[in-house]
Amino acid sequence: MQQSAFLPHQALAQLFDVLQRDGYTVVGPTAEQGAILYRQLDSVDQLPVGLVDHQAPGRYRLEQQAHGRYFDWVGTAQGLKPWLFTPEQPLMVAREVEGGLRFESVHENVPPTAVIGVRGCDLAALALQDKHFLQGEYPDPHYSTRREQLLLIAVNCHRSAATCFCVSTGDGPEVTGGADMVLDELDQGFWVRATSPRGSALLARLPTRPLPGWHKRRSKTLRKRARVQQRALPSRDLRTPLYQARDDETLWQSVADRCLTCGNCAAVCPTCFCSRVDEESPLDGGQSTQVRRWDTCFNDEHSYLVGHVVRKSAVHKYRQWLTHKLAIWHDQYDRSGCTGCGRCITWCPVGIDIVEEVQRLCTEVKAQEPHE
Amino acid sequence: MNDPWLPQQAVVMEKVMETPDVATLSLKLADTAAHQRFRFDCGQFNMLYLFGLGEVPISIMDLRQGLVQHTIRAVGRISRKLVALEPGANLGLRGPFGNSWPIEEARGRDLVFITAGLGCAPVIAAIRRVIAARPDYRRLVIMQGVKHREDLLWQEQYERWREVPDCQVLLAASEEKQAPFAWSLGMVTTLIDKARFDVNNCTVMMCGPEPMIRASMHGLEAVGVGLENCFVSLERNMQCAVGLCGHCQMGTPFICREGPIFRVPDIRQWFLLEGY
Repeated sequence: MQQSAFLPHQALAQLFDVLQRDGYTVVGPTAEQGAILYRQLDSVDQLPVGLVDHQAPGRYRLEQQAHGRYFDWVGTAQGLKPWLFTPEQPLMVAREVEGGLRFESVHENVPPTAVIGVRGCDLAALALQDKHFLQGEYPDPHYSTRREQLLLIAVNCHRSAATCFCVSTGDGPEVTGGADMVLDELDQGFWVRATSPRGSALLARLPTRPLPGWHKRRSKTLRKRARVQQRALPSRDLRTPLYQARDDETLWQSVADRCLTCGNCAAVCPTCFCSRVDEESPLDGGQSTQVRRWDTCFNDEHSYLVGHVVRKSAVHKYRQWLTHKLAIWHDQYDRSGCTGCGRCITWCPVGIDIVEEVQRLCTEVKAQEPHE
Repeated sequence: MNDPWLPQQAVVMEKVMETPDVATLSLKLADTAAHQRFRFDCGQFNMLYLFGLGEVPISIMDLRQGLVQHTIRAVGRISRKLVALEPGANLGLRGPFGNSWPIEEARGRDLVFITAGLGCAPVIAAIRRVIAARPDYRRLVIMQGVKHREDLLWQEQYERWREVPDCQVLLAASEEKQAPFAWSLGMVTTLIDKARFDVNNCTVMMCGPEPMIRASMHGLEAVGVGLENCFVSLERNMQCAVGLCGHCQMGTPFICREGPIFRVPDIRQWFLLEGY
């Protein structure tokens, strides 16, 4: 069975054709409102040809370049999260009927969905969300339904944005697993590798050619170049310094003074999983629906208890978010909750940089240690 | 895949107003087979759902004459409506969820119960079960603190517990001017010095406001109780009860999943910090 081949650039349309003929909804990157987003696509024409993203703390800009590559951008504004853990999800419908209440499960009809353009950090985040939503005592049926329908066609990053730090988390820029097919894109075409049985079956139906050696060599060089990143977390397991920092609130004041507690970081974070449950009753009565919506630990209501809010100050909120993401996750899910995608840096309205904050906390914690 | 979000229909069979804002509801699941299957361990909770309003976690008091009992105080939007339900009313129920008090493991030991406010409901269930198996345990100490004497629910029950062999009942009122007969004046923690039990062979179960739990931890350590023998029932904003919504995390544990009952040393590092 063929596992690795060359797909000419103009033949990408055939990948779309094959997927659509097989009944897949194709989801891929497209430029919308000044950013790259995953959207349902009808054809390759909607892909962001020649677009490159420039990211910095609190900043995301697209630039049109002269080349014809589809995947030269690095980061989408949202990862895969909204496609599986949807921002709004009905959970249950209650009806008032003769003799009481009737409760109905919500079943969704999700078509097979192929996502093209997924990055290493996206896939690492997906594996983490799988752990949370599927591998506990009570798997979430809504996440599960969508997850089962997913076919993943990943792309190795040949560039890193200024905000990327996936090398330090071990989640990129190369795809390390979790995809059905992986692409390396050069001007002439794609180095296509099948990484699952479904990927192999798909590859067999594409008009591929033997892979030229130079394509492979050039791809590897570019992947290596993408590993040079401006940001890096001090280590993968930050429990020791962060649990020390946790116990001294003064260390969190400088970041809390800037933090707007808007929750943008949590909304774009591909692993944040919090949700609240709302009750929605139409005015005509008779039925009522429980709806799950994304929530973040930056909202007062998140830690509301009768009589008080556990985390009211920005110090407590930011500390909760950061210590959870980078330390507590290790105890809950056996690894950090951060995949180095840098979205929380880019989409923070005041440009708070998680990497810079962690480095500062580590330094300050060290400075507090008694000298010999 | 089972749908963890789907409640079962339940009906209020009996209602007792304990005080003007506290009611005990006895529920029956509409599905007879499900009703007969229903079991709970002391310390677990159910999610009770009201049509058009939503769900709240409520600890389970008892399973009496086959009915699931909850004692509920009207404190929030949904609990107020729960307390206002009358027999015949319909509601939804998911559960039971969470872990339980170490009642089995504590056999052969002195048992110490410390509660304050209405936070006592989960502990009351445990006390009842222990008293029903009285010979299995050594000395019992029941400490309960309230603001005013009349805030104490089930006063008669406490009086009956005073009659149980080798059972010390200590009550404290913090906002009375004079100590009522057989009561102490002050917080529940002032009772710890009066309690007589074997600090080297005891299991402590606590439930109540967090400042009271922290003070009790100090008081227990001061008299020589190892905190590894102390258990506490905790509360956070639980919206799903199945470890998915994320609201009830207290540092590492999800209260709904690893809790609500914790051995004190397992939760101490988070519990003692404001903001977790």
